[in-house]
Amino acid sequence: MFGLNKKDTGILLVVAFLALAAPFILNPFPEGSAMAQFNAGYPDLMQRLVIFGIFAIGFNILFGLTGYLSFGHAAFLGVGSYAAIWMMKLLTMNVVPAIIVSVLFAGLFSLLVGWISLRRSGIYFSILTLAFAQMSYALAYSVLTPITGGETGLQPKYDDPRILDGTLEAGQSPRANLFGLEMNDGFELAMGNWVFTFNAGYYIAAVVMLIAFYLSIRIFRSPFGMMLRAVKSNQQRMNYTGLNTKPYTLAAFVISGMYAGLAGGLLVAMDTQVGAERMFWTASGEVVLMTILGGAGTLIGPVLGAGFIKYMENIVSKINKSVLEQWFAFMPDGIEDVMIALVYPFVGKGWHLTLGLLFMLVVIFLPGGLVEGGQRIAKMFRGKKASDDTTDASKTPAE
Amino acid sequence: MAILEVKNVGKRFGGLQALGDVNLNIAENSCHAIIGPNGAGKSTLLNCLVGKLTPDTGSVMFDGQSVLGRKPYEINQMGISRVFQTPEIFGDLNVMENMMIPCFAKRDGAFRMHALESIGQERDIIAKAEEMLVDMKLIDKREMQASSMSRGDKRRLEIAMCLAQDPRLLLLDEPTAGMARADTNNTIDLLKQIKEERDITIAIIEHDMHVVFSLSDRITVLAQGTPLVEDTPDKIKGHPKVREAYLGEIQEAA
Amino acid sequence: MDAIILQILNGLDKGSAYALIALGLTLIFGTLGVVNFAHGALFMIGAFCAVTFSKMLSFSHTIIDETQKDFLGNPLKVDVPYIHDLFGQATGNAIIDWAVPLSILFTIPVMIGIGFVMERGLIKHFYKRPHADQILVTFGLAIVLQEVIKYFYGANPIPTPAPAVFAGSFDFGAMLGFDANSIIYPYWRLVYFAFSALIIGAVFAFLQFTTFGMVVRAGMADRETVGLLGINIDKRFTIMFGIAAAVAGLAGVMYAPINSPNYHMGMDFLVLSFVVVVVGGMGSLPGAVLAGFLLGILESFASMAAVLEIIPGINQIIIYLVAIIILLTRPRGLMGRKGVMEE
Repeated sequence: MFGLNKKDTGILLVVAFLALAAPFILNPFPEGSAMAQFNAGYPDLMQRLVIFGIFAIGFNILFGLTGYLSFGHAAFLGVGSYAAIWMMKLLTMNVVPAIIVSVLFAGLFSLLVGWISLRRSGIYFSILTLAFAQMSYALAYSVLTPITGGETGLQPKYDDPRILDGTLEAGQSPRANLFGLEMNDGFELAMGNWVFTFNAGYYIAAVVMLIAFYLSIRIFRSPFGMMLRAVKSNQQRMNYTGLNTKPYTLAAFVISGMYAGLAGGLLVAMDTQVGAERMFWTASGEVVLMTILGGAGTLIGPVLGAGFIKYMENIVSKINKSVLEQWFAFMPDGIEDVMIALVYPFVGKGWHLTLGLLFMLVVIFLPGGLVEGGQRIAKMFRGKKASDDTTDASKTPAE
Repeated sequence: MAILEVKNVGKRFGGLQALGDVNLNIAENSCHAIIGPNGAGKSTLLNCLVGKLTPDTGSVMFDGQSVLGRKPYEINQMGISRVFQTPEIFGDLNVMENMMIPCFAKRDGAFRMHALESIGQERDIIAKAEEMLVDMKLIDKREMQASSMSRGDKRRLEIAMCLAQDPRLLLLDEPTAGMARADTNNTIDLLKQIKEERDITIAIIEHDMHVVFSLSDRITVLAQGTPLVEDTPDKIKGHPKVREAYLGEIQEAA
Repeated sequence: MDAIILQILNGLDKGSAYALIALGLTLIFGTLGVVNFAHGALFMIGAFCAVTFSKMLSFSHTIIDETQKDFLGNPLKVDVPYIHDLFGQATGNAIIDWAVPLSILFTIPVMIGIGFVMERGLIKHFYKRPHADQILVTFGLAIVLQEVIKYFYGANPIPTPAPAVFAGSFDFGAMLGFDANSIIYPYWRLVYFAFSALIIGAVFAFLQFTTFGMVVRAGMADRETVGLLGINIDKRFTIMFGIAAAVAGLAGVMYAPINSPNYHMGMDFLVLSFVVVVVGGMGSLPGAVLAGFLLGILESFASMAAVLEIIPGINQIIIYLVAIIILLTRPRGLMGRKGVMEE
């Protein structure tokens, strides 16, 4: 289907199902129950899940295939966001031009950064990209304030020119829309104790994510994708096979930069504001983590990684002391206090601690990420099954 | 007719004169061996031919065109392929993919943005890669990850990858270094077969005299960065200068 | 002229910190071949050693002072640091006042210990892994370390004053014959610069004149050969990691009065220190020091009002800009050797 083989079509369909059914899947607990706080089926979070999925899918095309570790991809996401918000200020609140322009600008910026950074490889490349991203962040915060809004950031206002849209009355807030369909349109579906939210913005983001994912599969399975894996494997042989590695890596860099820009544009489309902090280098580190956690170089890994991290971030940050007290209430008082003291540093505001630990644990024990973990478990089961079969077989003649 | 002409090539590293004044002509469709003791400048010379190093003086002409100042991939596209001392293959890729990459390089040149085409649709590339694998008796291993093959198979694959580009000149840098005797003999047979079946010029750097005398039509002896003598294998064997500089090693090896 | 001298002086203290962190980074890289993203965190921990030590010195117990009355006429409760009981009030106060310099004694063993644990417990297992893995695992460690500090010390900067003696400023202007107060420079920054120069000198002397240093230098040049000589290079490298950690820690301790320690100061300095290492040349110790001071001074020049008028915002990006230019024109950095991290 769509020029994919059976296995890839299967993966695409699984991701499509997960994305489209997310309002159900992420809301497994009935409203008002103690577990309801683990529900993630509200639009804001679901949107972020798929948007960061796009970011990670793009990053994976660079890091997963070529092995070039960029520590500055948040800069492209930021550039995309700023471009999108300016389209909304100047042209129209329709998200289509905003998203197109965000991809375009991020692409151009990544072409410039990539063209310079890719003259070096290894650690030098990582540091160059980091330097560029930090430079962009510093500029966005200071000199470029007229364009970026500096510390306060930017958002569309009622008195922006917006040449394609009609003028708004004072106090009216401009809303992002897709040809009139507003991003925060939607409806709630109540089934018994469950309430499922269907949100226009989420579904638009999800469809864009599916297209982005489909394109990434095509790239993985193309001769170009094979060349990128060859770059990672042995640059020397590439050169002595008459292949110029520079345009290949640059193309991968720009593609991943455009994915980042797309994610940045979508972020603005869903929540019409932007600040420089989304370009900070920890944001670049986060997308690296998503990709690795899921499984760098695998198709579905980055999607899983992004989903996992954003979900965990949201849930873990929400747990506070009283929630913990509720959980451990069944324990005797002394033990309860100890348990709370032990767990408390890792939840709520301690999310970054958990994130850092997760980062280390994954790199140390599971360099292939969740996908590798899944494969190992699958192999274990299969191995067990296979050995069962052989014992069965050896028994049979004896009978 | 010389396909490769090396004229007055010199290369200096700091205080060390690695190549003095090298003149060398390699005739088309011949097998030319370059021998010499360690540190004679063999590898430096080879690196000057493929664009890894640029000589300080002199010229290197391939088929009437200068290779100097060109990048390795450009020189390769001119028709020079190189086999390394330790096999350089794409270890993370499987054998079939390893084989397809030079086929793409031959067909599409140094870069082509075929990002939305599917590998499965590239029937001519697949056919050619499979044909090469059959030729090289590697077809059974087509799905195997290249890094997990034996050393002999890696060497075979690397040579196959070079040949898939139909190069006019094949450079071999100690192709049997570190190989067991059986693998060495297999490699000699393979190279002999290639020499007979294809219109190809081979230049080989080698330590193993057995390999050199079984394959080459002409031999250049290099010592301290300058060619000592160049002649046919029979003459080289009896050459007094060569005996003096080098023969101890020949007898040892034999 | 006086403005130029002032900017050079201003650049020195930041440059000293860059140089010290970069020195440790490049030592670790040169000896162990590991890219340590957690090195900034070591600098930060050093600064918090100063905080901890001065807190420890001020541990108090409450006594009731019958001689003083509060406004209700009851005897006044007074907090008395234990240190007063030990040394008497005058000496005790002097010790508290000198907490930052004294905490050096506390910091060295702590940092060496942390360095050993880090190397043996984590870094050791990453020698053979790709650089990307090293970067990622130490990046994770850096996040963990800074979050732990944040958990215990909070998110706000903690002012940690220098001894009162150094509170004033030195008037270079008067000394050099310019107008009085045209070049004034806080004493503590002078102390910091002198201290850094001392540490840098000590590290170089140690590497130059001891057998241990000789082996380490040989190991930096060619690790495998030294290993073949039968010298247990790994053990020495562990010690080297401890020393690098101590250098970063010392840079942090003494920096505490200049910049009140906060949990993210490590990350702030790390990114710049990496740039310093790269500009100096990966694996080159003199390069790291040179580039550290150079970039520190350059940054301070870029912050001059006159310069900012011409190119606004240049102070924010000058270091990155220089790094990019240097990497493109001299890929090995100012003093980098051939073959180090070429691929």
